[in-house]
Amino acid sequence: MRLATGGMIDRETQLSFRFDGRIVHAHPGDTVASALLASGIRLVGRSFKYHRPRGILTAGSEEPNALLTVGKGPGREPNVRATVQEVWDGLETQSQNRWPALSLDLMAVNDLASPFFGAGFYYKTFMWPRKAWEALYEPVIRRAAGLGALHRDPGPGEDEKAFAFCDLLVVGGGPAGLMAALAAGRAGARVILAEEDTRLGGRLLAEREHVGGQPGAEWAASVAAELAAMPNVRIMTRTAVTGAYDGGTYGALERVGAHLAPEADRPRYAFWRITAKRAVLAAGALERAMTFSGNDRPGVMMASAVRAYLNRWAVAPGKEVAIFGTGRAARATAEQLLDAGVTVTGLIDPDPGAREAQDYPVFPGGHVIGTHGRQGLSLVKISHGLVEQNIRADCLATAGGWNPQVNIACHQGARPVWDAERAAFLPPEGSVPGLTPAGSANGTFSTAACLTEGWRAGAIAAEDMGHKAPAADLPEAEEEAGATPASWVYEGPGRAWLDFQNDVTTKDVKQSAAEGFSAPEHMKRYTTQGMATDQGKMSNVNALSVLAAATGVAGGPAGTTTYRPPYVPVPISAMGAGARGSGFAPIRRSASDAAVRERGAPMVEAGLWYRASYFPRAGEKTWREACDREVRMVRHKVGVCDVSTLGKIDVQGPDAAAFLDFVYTGAMSTLKTGRVRYGLMLREDGYVMDDGTCARLGDSHYLITTTTAAAGQVMQHFDMVAQVLRPDLDVTFTSVTEAWAQFAVAGPQARVLLRTLMEDDTPLQIPFMGVTDARVMGVPGRLFRISFSGELGFEVAVPVAYGAALWRLIVAQAESLGGGAYGMEALNVLRVEKGFITHAEIDGRATAGDIGLGSMMSTRKDYIGRAAAEREGLTDPGRERLVGLKPVDGARLTAGGFLFSRGAAAERVNAEGYVTSACHSATLGRDIALAFLKRGPERIGEVVRFVDHLRGTDVLCLVCEPTFIDPAGGRMRA
Amino acid sequence: MPRLFEAPAFAELPALPGLSLAEGQWGVVTEVAPFKGELEGISSALQEAFGLDYPAPGESQTGDKARLLWVGPGRALLIGAEPPEWLGGRAALTGQTGAQAVLLVDGPAVEAVLARLVPVDLSAEVFPEGRTARTLIGHMTASVTRLGPATFELVVMRSMSGSLLHDLTRTARQVAARP
Amino acid sequence: MRIRCPHCGERDRREFTWMGAALERPGGSWGEEMHAYVFLRENPAGPLAELWHHDPCGAMVRAVRDTRTHEMIEPGDAP
Repeated sequence: MRLATGGMIDRETQLSFRFDGRIVHAHPGDTVASALLASGIRLVGRSFKYHRPRGILTAGSEEPNALLTVGKGPGREPNVRATVQEVWDGLETQSQNRWPALSLDLMAVNDLASPFFGAGFYYKTFMWPRKAWEALYEPVIRRAAGLGALHRDPGPGEDEKAFAFCDLLVVGGGPAGLMAALAAGRAGARVILAEEDTRLGGRLLAEREHVGGQPGAEWAASVAAELAAMPNVRIMTRTAVTGAYDGGTYGALERVGAHLAPEADRPRYAFWRITAKRAVLAAGALERAMTFSGNDRPGVMMASAVRAYLNRWAVAPGKEVAIFGTGRAARATAEQLLDAGVTVTGLIDPDPGAREAQDYPVFPGGHVIGTHGRQGLSLVKISHGLVEQNIRADCLATAGGWNPQVNIACHQGARPVWDAERAAFLPPEGSVPGLTPAGSANGTFSTAACLTEGWRAGAIAAEDMGHKAPAADLPEAEEEAGATPASWVYEGPGRAWLDFQNDVTTKDVKQSAAEGFSAPEHMKRYTTQGMATDQGKMSNVNALSVLAAATGVAGGPAGTTTYRPPYVPVPISAMGAGARGSGFAPIRRSASDAAVRERGAPMVEAGLWYRASYFPRAGEKTWREACDREVRMVRHKVGVCDVSTLGKIDVQGPDAAAFLDFVYTGAMSTLKTGRVRYGLMLREDGYVMDDGTCARLGDSHYLITTTTAAAGQVMQHFDMVAQVLRPDLDVTFTSVTEAWAQFAVAGPQARVLLRTLMEDDTPLQIPFMGVTDARVMGVPGRLFRISFSGELGFEVAVPVAYGAALWRLIVAQAESLGGGAYGMEALNVLRVEKGFITHAEIDGRATAGDIGLGSMMSTRKDYIGRAAAEREGLTDPGRERLVGLKPVDGARLTAGGFLFSRGAAAERVNAEGYVTSACHSATLGRDIALAFLKRGPERIGEVVRFVDHLRGTDVLCLVCEPTFIDPAGGRMRA
Repeated sequence: MPRLFEAPAFAELPALPGLSLAEGQWGVVTEVAPFKGELEGISSALQEAFGLDYPAPGESQTGDKARLLWVGPGRALLIGAEPPEWLGGRAALTGQTGAQAVLLVDGPAVEAVLARLVPVDLSAEVFPEGRTARTLIGHMTASVTRLGPATFELVVMRSMSGSLLHDLTRTARQVAARP
Repeated sequence: MRIRCPHCGERDRREFTWMGAALERPGGSWGEEMHAYVFLRENPAGPLAELWHHDPCGAMVRAVRDTRTHEMIEPGDAP
């Protein structure tokens, strides 16, 4: 219920939201959890395995039970912790993991079968009969598994990611963190202070402690104001640091718009990568649960959470509250409840020396042995001395001590160390380079000591980085730390729960140990304790304590499992921010792009580039019609194709020739100026890496091309060769792929077309495989005479800014000659007809010999891959080598299909090769293919069997030379 | 013979909140890569011709007649002027005119927007005017240079100009939409 | 992970491509040495001399990294 006064809420403003369709009232400052409790709603979800009723356990990010789906329809977000979700007017929330309703969940039948669902049950069940797995068990389990559900439509607002840099990253804005940021900020260091909550202050926002003579929350606000005014300090609230990565890099998740109604353009989350020279881990400590029979009922809460709801949100979580804990904090809880007008029905204090109280019964040396109330607590059963007693309570506030949040200090493999005196795991020293834990994350539990430790950590970090630490300025604060009970695990007649979400009990952990899974890493996986969305924040220490007792280990829990990022759940939409849709990779468009899209050419991806696939004309109904027409157009008239996307590397220097001799199989040093040579580059293991052309522009000046897809790889390879393998060579090279727009002009009318673009057409007389400077439409360009189509062919290159204009002009000219533009489909058919290879053939498994180019491997020089290519296995004539194929009955061949001798069974062991490229040849009016076949060139004329099991093709083919048109090449040499 | 028109790298520039965009006009661009042992000689001759040094890594040198921008070990772009004749033979000269998409971004949101795309600390303290970095903008290889207190020059491959605008548009709107 | 490019300074790992162990290329004909250079690698749980390519500037970088902790024992430098 809502208290009449107090709380950090704006009582002037009324908000309302829905929970499972029911309207709930709230104020700005409320979380969904505080508002639900204010309305007396305790049942908020169902546990994962047994579908037991679940209530709000905590007031923070560690909440394991109150998981809701926020929003309906596109963009709805499942598994949101109600304790973190701030309320906005009109917010829609739904409980999860229940059917048909939260109060009547039929899946709770699982609880009756719980004896079959103990530790490791999935290794022992659903195995018989075998056939039932796929047909019955798996579909049922699949439907039952999981918590909330995503909507397929991500809704408005994309998440974002960002980079930040600082000298000091302070993780946590409680007392220790505030002081660390203050010390370093005043010293002039660049500080980022990251706090997961909506405001700075940490535990001070939930307690009634005074700091520096002021209420803690007010003191925190004044420090926050000073920090906000420092230009060198950046405060990031609603930002949880999620992980410590190598090199001083930290991940952090910021809630940018998750606390507001979704809006277009506004991210819900931002994932930050923060690079910090130093860091202070002031992440605080979380209250440890008490483990006892019946401890999972809605209404059982953490005492620190009860105080938070009273003080920060002015909400009493019950009308009759009992407390199970010890020391000052337990008393303070009782007092604060009484202040709020709540009846305190008992303080069960495990300490046998606990003193009496005026206004409520105290049970010294007592502990809880059971609870009652199916969908919400109504009764607590206790044992004290030799007596058992029932206490009325609709809320039980439990306090089992404090767990320092050491996670981030352990993200690089270190394990925390159990400190028996403080009854806590502490972060080991130096576990993350540059990171210093401070405050309760470091096992320091009094406010005064936290302030001191935080200040010191910030000051030392600042000094380490060359700033002058300011004079210490430590406010007065509480010097006494809270007490921890001697035990936090109590035996009782009923099930005692450890992991509330995955329904793991103390019995499961003992069973795990009994079955031999007694190491923490094994126990975790065997029982699934600690594998829920809270990643064990509320159960780890308790489970490890049970495990230690079960395995006879004295002195507390022996050790933990490995800590890994993320510390809090991170939506994948935040980690992958910016990469949705076309943001995934850059798109590269060439000079002709706008014009070809205007023409309606469908585009195809080639690496990051988009290239026109074909240019449909009126009346053409299929891509094949357009492709066939374009092929005929090139063979009989003239075609124009944009080839700008191929990699072009300009190589210069006194040792340019020697460099190229080292990377190509052939000698480029013997190439004459003005000529072009086809070249192969091998990998160091002897296989072909890439092919292209090499043009000599001068004594020490070459221009080479690569395939579109391998351009980047070849540049990296060149960097490796020049800087690591041959630093003796005086050579430089740079990519000019982007500097030139280049168009292939191919066909019998190629010269005729180009003449119309050149005042001086002398360049058109260059020999086949030649290169020269040429003025094109008055612009200084280059002309290459090379052919990928097998027809008379040129490539004309102009500086890229002229490319768009030149394309339109060239295509218009081609059309006036009865030709036109052609795309990738036709380009491919033309080259297959000629047997010219692409990466379909040189796919990383082919040698130069395999593709019939063994003669291109020079024996007179060393080059990358030469030695490996000489190995027996790579020169064996029995290898699969390039041939052409013509299907006997005009059937369709497909790339990837396998070849067999006639009469051999079509099984993998009998495969003698496979098809690499297949197409319909418009020129020949039949299908053709290129393939690798064992001893291929020795089997010309043989008929082999082609089988494609995926498409059900099984046809005979004639093996032929891998050149179907003009084998002598007379047409391109015209 | 009619002249071909020169297309700009950006067909259109969007209006964005917190940022103003303009295409950088570099004019003629030549990559200058000194051969072994020639760096000193080239540098003093460049001083005479343009009043500029061959830039050290991370430097952008601007003069009245030209600009020199470091783009990699042993590589710099000479921007806005033709390379003097004597450079040939002592350095590799490679025409790179038009190969870049050059965008000037300016405005109060510029550092916040770039923080979403560039994994380098661009704050004025560590990245002052005249500093350039070869880094990434999103997934694109880029040069980023600070030209003023709230002005940066972004350079990516010309073919990626659309993706640059796409990334800037998305992030500028997201920064502006923050509560 | 952060790697130092000798020209650009320390940069995020995303700007680099790993190019393998830093080894001397024996050259010459195929034999045990070339076989080891192409196919065999030590897999140390400890310091590894390796090559990185700083993609935006094209520099090859040699560093010595502890494979267990990612500590840069010898920060990136020219090879």
